[in-house]
Amino acid sequence: MKLQRNGRSKALAIGAVALVSTLSLAACGTDDNSSGGTGGASASASKAAIACAKGGQLLAAGSTAQANAIDVWKAAYSAACNGTTITYGGGGSGAGVQQFNQGKVAFAGSDSALKPAEVDASKQVCTGGQGINVPMVGGLISIVFNVDGVDKLVLDAPTLAKIFDSQITKWNDPAIAALNPGVTLPAADIQAIHRSDDSGTTDNLTKYLSKAGNGAWKYPSAKTWAGQGGQSANGSAGVAAQVKQVKNSISYVELSFAQTNKLNSASIATGASKPVEATAANAATTLATAKPAGTGADLALTIDYTTKEEGAYPLTLVTYEIVCDKGNKADGLELLKSFLAYTASDAGQQAIGATGYVPLPKDLAAKVQSTVAALA
Amino acid sequence: MSTMTTAPAPQLRQSLTNGRLPKWAPVAVTVLSIALGCGIGAAAGLKSHLQWGLISALLFVAVSYAVAAKVEGRRQAKDRFATSLVWVAFILAVVPLAALTFYTVQQGIAAINGNFLTHSMKGVVASTTPDGGIYHAIIGTLQQVLLATLIAAPIGLLTAVYLVEYGRGRLAKAVTFFVDVMTGIPSVVAGLFILSLWNIVLGFGYSGFSGSLALAILMMPVVVRSTEEMLKLVPNELREASYALGVPKWKTILRIVLPTAVGGITTGVMLAVARITGETAPVMMLVFGSDVINNDPFNNPQQSLPLYIWQQYSMVNNDFGYQRAWGAALVLIAFVMALNLVARGIARWRSPKSGH
Amino acid sequence: MTSSPPATSEGRVRRRRGDSRLGDAVFFNLSRGSGILLLAVMAAIAGFLAYRSGIALSKNQGNFLTTFEWTPDAAHPKFGIAVLAFGTLVSALIAMIIAVPVAVGIALFISHYAPRRIAQPFAYLVDLLAAVPSIVYGLWGVLFLVPHMDGLTRWMDQYLGWTYIFDQSKSGVPPRTLFTVGVLLAIMVLPIITAVTREVFRQVPRMHEEAALALGATRWEMVRTAVLPFGRPGIISASMLGLGRALGETIAVATVLSTNSVLSLHLLDPGGGTFAQNIALKFNEAQPFGRDALMASGLVLFVITLVVNGVARLIIARRKEYSGANA
Repeated sequence: MKLQRNGRSKALAIGAVALVSTLSLAACGTDDNSSGGTGGASASASKAAIACAKGGQLLAAGSTAQANAIDVWKAAYSAACNGTTITYGGGGSGAGVQQFNQGKVAFAGSDSALKPAEVDASKQVCTGGQGINVPMVGGLISIVFNVDGVDKLVLDAPTLAKIFDSQITKWNDPAIAALNPGVTLPAADIQAIHRSDDSGTTDNLTKYLSKAGNGAWKYPSAKTWAGQGGQSANGSAGVAAQVKQVKNSISYVELSFAQTNKLNSASIATGASKPVEATAANAATTLATAKPAGTGADLALTIDYTTKEEGAYPLTLVTYEIVCDKGNKADGLELLKSFLAYTASDAGQQAIGATGYVPLPKDLAAKVQSTVAALA
Repeated sequence: MSTMTTAPAPQLRQSLTNGRLPKWAPVAVTVLSIALGCGIGAAAGLKSHLQWGLISALLFVAVSYAVAAKVEGRRQAKDRFATSLVWVAFILAVVPLAALTFYTVQQGIAAINGNFLTHSMKGVVASTTPDGGIYHAIIGTLQQVLLATLIAAPIGLLTAVYLVEYGRGRLAKAVTFFVDVMTGIPSVVAGLFILSLWNIVLGFGYSGFSGSLALAILMMPVVVRSTEEMLKLVPNELREASYALGVPKWKTILRIVLPTAVGGITTGVMLAVARITGETAPVMMLVFGSDVINNDPFNNPQQSLPLYIWQQYSMVNNDFGYQRAWGAALVLIAFVMALNLVARGIARWRSPKSGH
Repeated sequence: MTSSPPATSEGRVRRRRGDSRLGDAVFFNLSRGSGILLLAVMAAIAGFLAYRSGIALSKNQGNFLTTFEWTPDAAHPKFGIAVLAFGTLVSALIAMIIAVPVAVGIALFISHYAPRRIAQPFAYLVDLLAAVPSIVYGLWGVLFLVPHMDGLTRWMDQYLGWTYIFDQSKSGVPPRTLFTVGVLLAIMVLPIITAVTREVFRQVPRMHEEAALALGATRWEMVRTAVLPFGRPGIISASMLGLGRALGETIAVATVLSTNSVLSLHLLDPGGGTFAQNIALKFNEAQPFGRDALMASGLVLFVITLVVNGVARLIIARRKEYSGANA
């Protein structure tokens, strides 16, 4: 019994210590991260470009692909403007658009432009207006691979389509070898990895494969993976981790994931004089040739996946902010416009260039700026 | 407690059995089977150490049975067999436990410092600096779990009391039926239900509290089911003795039945708390996630630890992100453990002194 | 519930002293009210699911029960649960086959076998496993467990390949399989089953144990005749709690499993899917209709949980005479 009592009081004592430390912890937290010198230079540089709103809360949600860009922007914005809180919930484009159409968020980040049904639904939220697509974050999809002894690889759309559809199953397949003269390719099985979750990245890749693949990709473009065989992983992070772990693997992720995970990216043979590397600059070239697909205030873009221009990386995408052209909620409008005006500005676009995104071309950015200024 | 009585049992039988293995026999068998297991593993060139372990475990069980059967007879051999199986189960549990704990501590310990624990992520560009912290997430988790527990634990407890002490007829059957079904509900579904009802139909905004509602739904069936089980085990003699003394039923339940079962009930509630503390999906849907400290769980988005881990892993996804994610995971586990210890301390303190 | 005390009719309650009548009435109504509230919430969720499912099923162009793919948002919505139901049941079954015996073993170890000095801390440690969030299990699973399962799966393929289900059709692929998921789920549900079972074993009347020992039973015979029969309903209830988690586990499965829409009996090949995992992976990008379809799959999971629990309740009811709890 004595022993037992001992144990009892010991448990109590430990519990008490835990409780006390939890409580004391609760008294000393702070929002102030300025002492760390976070992004000091870029923050002060962008300060000039920010016309602060008076303050308030801005809720936004959507695409995880642009989450890191928003992260950069809101850090700079909240550093410049006291009393403003911007919150971006990265639950995916589809979820973001639905939240927008339920009137729960001020804007949604989306990997693809609104569908007609979604525009109709948005009219209930945007009194007197409708939801429009404002291109804001440019990006590109890297074809990442992990093959021993190979750090430069050239592929083209039909070959990619066949690899991801399990029609080409060996690394030393003649189709790959023909694109890579002088590279020793192993006789190993290709471990093609795709996204197991529905995603805008898959959607953009399959758009490219079906447009540029000369019929090698037999499925319609979709957020759900349709190809045969291969393995899958959840999210860009999961896919990148698999490519890192599994030898002879190949997959597709946004540039930032390829960079942070230090994965090799393949160049793409587009028909230009030499294969195009997956760099932000090359993607910007493609972005500059994108054609408007929207009408009026809507700035949706169509990207030319079959571009043969020199140094134009075809696997390029643009993600949008979805806002109301008219009828945005009055109490958040000033902050919304002020924030989006900064993100579309030169300083804003340059700030995200360093983190694996593609700044918008100048004339597109100008259009975006005037659209943002006209929001009501 | 029962271990104290069972431990001396083998000695009692000593004179009655024909042969007995020396005291060091189990140790010897263990060493032998591990050596053999590793030997076989190495000889066969098996790469995975899991297999080495499994072979050793099998050998251990087989050898203890064989040796005991030879020396002590079949009944004793069965006893040894069971004992060795129980020990193997123990080892089987220790291996993943140790691996998981070690892995989390190894990955997370470097992130944890005063700055990490006392700062939010406000103004931090997560992918470019190691700065920032989890204070806002700790506050969020603390409040959301507390609120969910305050809702779910009393309702769950009282429901279990109803089912065990009063429950007859169709209402009890219906409650049992739905509680059973609810144990397997995916958290997304609970989240979506609250989203549709609370946030869209009733028009409330994202807040810690709406997350708590979904977490409470996930918690209730676990509380009911485990409490029900513990209440059933309270001997009827105790209740009858109480009634015989003229104590009314409600007092019997409060003073006799619940205190007798308090250890088990605490375990059940803590299991439920542990389960909801790690939930991501409903929190993302309802609490929304935020970078800044929000001490008010009823208004505006909050953060929570599991959501924070998920964001750092899947969106930031670089060394800084991993570091924060594992650090937050470690804090989360420590948090639940601390709660567990507190709850157990209280339970032991309140429970009747000598069990049964 | 059937084991509630004998003298409980409300008539008796009313005959007691005046001051206790009010207390009894209040307490009775409080607890019944909680039951009704719980029932209302659960029924509302079931109704909500049924309503959303109805919308989805009316437009489905495939057979909901036999279709393999899940494309509700395509131009011709087509979705079915065949692969998901199979994967959910198989992974949960593997988890239970591994976890229940081990958990009972651990519970016995803690309650009856271990030296007290080890038992207490070890009990806390097992509870620690319950505190680990699913996302951490997922990351640990894919970064640590999957590479370590590689040798084991290859070995199973080599020696158990003739069973067909343990045959690996493609080698060199990381084992992100239903089997690995089953093992991971087993680790995840282990603490739940152990914790409840342990508490039940602790409640075994000491007199039963001592009677068995006094009759000359070995420790195992004592456990078999006194502890296990007493604990059986508790073990089953605990297993059901664990099974609930295994069936509904989302993020850990989504992180570890390499999914596809092929129903394959080769458990060591990557592929398959589970209900909860499918909901988590498709939910974020789903259109409103796609969400309804996911709700329909959630309803099926409800039904499965219900059937499994019903069977368990039947078993408990049949074995009640041996339970000895209130004998």
